Amino acid sequence: MVEQPKTNSAALSPEEVMRYSRHIIMGQVGPQGQRKLRAAKVLVIGAGGLGGPVALYLALAGVGKIGICEFDSVDLSNLQRQILHQTADIGRPKLVSATEKIKAHNPHVEVVGHPMPITSDNAMEMIADYDIVVNGADNFATRYLVNDATYLSGKTLVDGAILLFDGQATVYKPGSGCYRCLYPDPPPPGLVPSCAEAGVLGAITGLVGSIQATEVFKQILGIGNPLVNRLLLIDALTMEFRTMKVRRDPSCPLCGDNPTVKELIDYDAFCGSPPLMMPDGTLAAAAH
Amino acid sequence: MPVTVNVTSVIQQAVNGQREFKADGGTIRELIDNIDRDYPGFAGRITDDKGEMLRFVNVYLNDEDVRYLGGKDTAIKDGDVISFLPALAGGN
Ligand SMILES: [Zn+2]
Repeated sequence: MVEQPKTNSAALSPEEVMRYSRHIIMGQVGPQGQRKLRAAKVLVIGAGGLGGPVALYLALAGVGKIGICEFDSVDLSNLQRQILHQTADIGRPKLVSATEKIKAHNPHVEVVGHPMPITSDNAMEMIADYDIVVNGADNFATRYLVNDATYLSGKTLVDGAILLFDGQATVYKPGSGCYRCLYPDPPPPGLVPSCAEAGVLGAITGLVGSIQATEVFKQILGIGNPLVNRLLLIDALTMEFRTMKVRRDPSCPLCGDNPTVKELIDYDAFCGSPPLMMPDGTLAAAAH
Repeated sequence: MPVTVNVTSVIQQAVNGQREFKADGGTIRELIDNIDRDYPGFAGRITDDKGEMLRFVNVYLNDEDVRYLGGKDTAIKDGDVISFLPALAGGN
């Protein structure tokens, strides 16, 4: 953890002791752990299906600084699963909607908005302010970008993905394998459908998002056995949870023995996806 | 030798919507060929036109990625669980 003496050393207020009492009473947390949570800085990519429950649970637990990278607006079709947004928010920026809900739940946490797509041009700078990054991206280009940027920044990535009735989650710590070790290449465009094309069970966003939030707490508090080198698979239809081994691949172009990816690349070209048209008609430099 | 085959949603479409079924084979290669005989088009979801395993679909023997075992030549035995797991990108 990055030391934040000012925040970290200050005693918990009586209001904080009461608000977080169900956490503080547990030996694995205690007042010390609660101060660690308050000093922690976590960036959440996306404020939708996964990012919503992640950001909400982080805020409820008193994670001091929560960054949210999101440039989209709330759509009616989001409301089947995206718990931070409500009917009255349709058409509003998700970032505004999410920040309001989070602050209403816990006004003591700082929410920092990044109202733009994360791209090869801004990712390193954006991530630099945080200890941990949580992935709630909805496309392969952003997933490879966030993977590379967190590895190159030496930051832990808490990853999750959903589709149909399936969920996946894992944690990448630099040196213990990465998304490229798990899946060396993205599928060609169109081969693996998106949630918009194929559908997704609303409640599985909560399942996977809750697991991601739990892994963030464990990282901050340094407790338990993290989901590192393990890929958790969730099948909502059978309600079976399985874990597969994740290994660092010595031939990985990013984290292997002879890396060739030493800076961020053009992820749209890598994934064969078209660059994203921004509202002002310009093209986003990389992933969306 | 019967093994249990697990597929996730995307590949499920290639096997009549099943998520789990039994199949035979002494190696991963034989297993894929045998499944493809019952469900034509299955192999094309796992391997490219040269028969190489696609790099965005992982094949697990129990909990181990077969890339770290013997790839398509990995031996499998009665009672093993083989999982075909394509990358997922959904998060929104
Ligand atoms: Zn790697």
